Amino acid sequence: MPFAVEAQNLKKFYNGFQAVAGVNFRINRGECFGILGPNGAGKTTLVEMIYCFLPVSEGRLTVLGDNVVEEPRSIKKRLGVVPQENNLDLELTVRENLLVYASYYDISKPVARERADQLLHFFGLSSKANQEVDRISGGMKRRLTIARGLIHTPEILILDEPTTGLDPQSRRMIWEHLRQLKKRGLTLVLTTHYMDEAGQLCDNLIIMNRGEILEEGSPSDLIRRQVGEKVIEAEVNPSKREHLLDNLSALTCETQVSGDTVYIFIPEDETAVVDLLKNNRELDTYRVRPSTLEDVFLKLTGRGLDYADAEEFAGREYQAL
Amino acid sequence: MPMLKSLQAENTRPSNKIITSYKSVNRWAIKVFSRNLVVFKKNWATTILFNIVEPLLYLAALGAGLGIIVADIEGMSYIQFIAPGIVAMSAMWSAAAECSYDSFVRMHFQKIYHAIVATPVSLEEVVVGELLYGTFKSLLSGTVIMAVIAALGLVLSPWALLVPIVLILNGLVFSQIAMIWTGLVPKIDSFAYFFTLVVTPIFLFSGVFFPLDVMPELVRQLAWLLPLYHVVVLTRSLTIGLVSFELIYHALWLVVFILIIFPFPQALMRRRLIK
Repeated sequence: MPFAVEAQNLKKFYNGFQAVAGVNFRINRGECFGILGPNGAGKTTLVEMIYCFLPVSEGRLTVLGDNVVEEPRSIKKRLGVVPQENNLDLELTVRENLLVYASYYDISKPVARERADQLLHFFGLSSKANQEVDRISGGMKRRLTIARGLIHTPEILILDEPTTGLDPQSRRMIWEHLRQLKKRGLTLVLTTHYMDEAGQLCDNLIIMNRGEILEEGSPSDLIRRQVGEKVIEAEVNPSKREHLLDNLSALTCETQVSGDTVYIFIPEDETAVVDLLKNNRELDTYRVRPSTLEDVFLKLTGRGLDYADAEEFAGREYQAL
Repeated sequence: MPMLKSLQAENTRPSNKIITSYKSVNRWAIKVFSRNLVVFKKNWATTILFNIVEPLLYLAALGAGLGIIVADIEGMSYIQFIAPGIVAMSAMWSAAAECSYDSFVRMHFQKIYHAIVATPVSLEEVVVGELLYGTFKSLLSGTVIMAVIAALGLVLSPWALLVPIVLILNGLVFSQIAMIWTGLVPKIDSFAYFFTLVVTPIFLFSGVFFPLDVMPELVRQLAWLLPLYHVVVLTRSLTIGLVSFELIYHALWLVVFILIIFPFPQALMRRRLIK
């Protein structure tokens, strides 16, 4: 059986700018595959090529065994798409959104009605079926967009940042729905810049930055391989940082500096490092915690995932002043 | 991967793009048209009302008002002269408005094209579905005005039963012209230029309000380039029953125009939405 998705040396250029820089990856059927990276990493470009929206510039991309260049229509019949921006049909009701979308897939009206009702029930939207789309909450719109992507019972569901902009409760609800869909054997491909989301949902993932894949594997493998089980965050005054880093490198620890914080990735036994930190008077505070994917990303790129966002945010705050 | 490269090159060759463009008049495009009909069914009454109020005001003000002081034209009372022209004009406005402002809102603000293109329907077919809907709106408003002028006793011949065919050609022409602008304009306000610089001159100089014989030779020749001129000649001749073989040329002019500009709205929309 062919892979759900297979990319070989896949590239995408926009007027000379390279958004995807020759990536190779494979997505197995039935898995939840994550594409992680900060804003501008090329995640959306990548999935838009998978669902045959953007033409491939170079390389080879197959979905369920078919080449995206040759068979876009038959590929699109077997894919469900949940784009980053909700693009629900605002002139239609909740239920009509599903029914009209079903018509694009040649689904007969009785079958469409039955599936629409099942999906509305599954996503807890039955009571809103006849409401105008504009009048339901953001979380509901998101769930409706996912329901719409499932109306033709696709083999792969592509979700571009499915929970961006949602409150924690809505996010958890969507995660729960996605887990249930995976249990039923649906292949999920999701992009996200939330590490907890990827850690919760994905079997395998790739970490992207500036159009390139930096690492790939399962979340636990990546953490073990890249940063070890635990991380120490130490707050230290920049003027005294060098001395600490010298001492740490003597213990063969890998470190990463971000602002006033030094992240210390501990290979196996933390006692030697903790002893060093305890006896260090230059240190303000430190804490030991289990490592996460965020640490993997920080180590790989030398910056936090939200770096681009943070910069933008600081700009906005400054303007507010 | 030389095989792949040659395939991609083939898909982007201009001649193939043009063939794809005509091939997109298919059942997938009808699905997009049907989506618009679902919305239409919700507010058809107000839509029709809006479509007919303005032409009826023209008919009342110019036909009944101005008509009192205007001499008969080509043996017709002034209201008789302008009534078929107003049918043509209102059908033009309907198509032009549908495929400019309304299409732009669907494309740009509601991102509906993007949503549909993720299904088996292609962008070319989305554009054709929109053109068909613009044509439908045009046919609808023209037919309603036609019924009104018939009730006023201004339809003199059973040849008028062919007017809906003319309205379909009219609708296709102006849906396409408007869709070209929708593929080009940077923001919705830019449609003001379209209506001021394109639609209004066409509607003033296509023989709706006065016979073009009174204009200088140059204006008459330029009018021949305006699609609405041919629509007005056809509509008026059929309405008053002054039918001659010459009308075939006017209809052919419209058909050729439609076929020639057909690939442009799709090509511009592709350039706009898919980088």
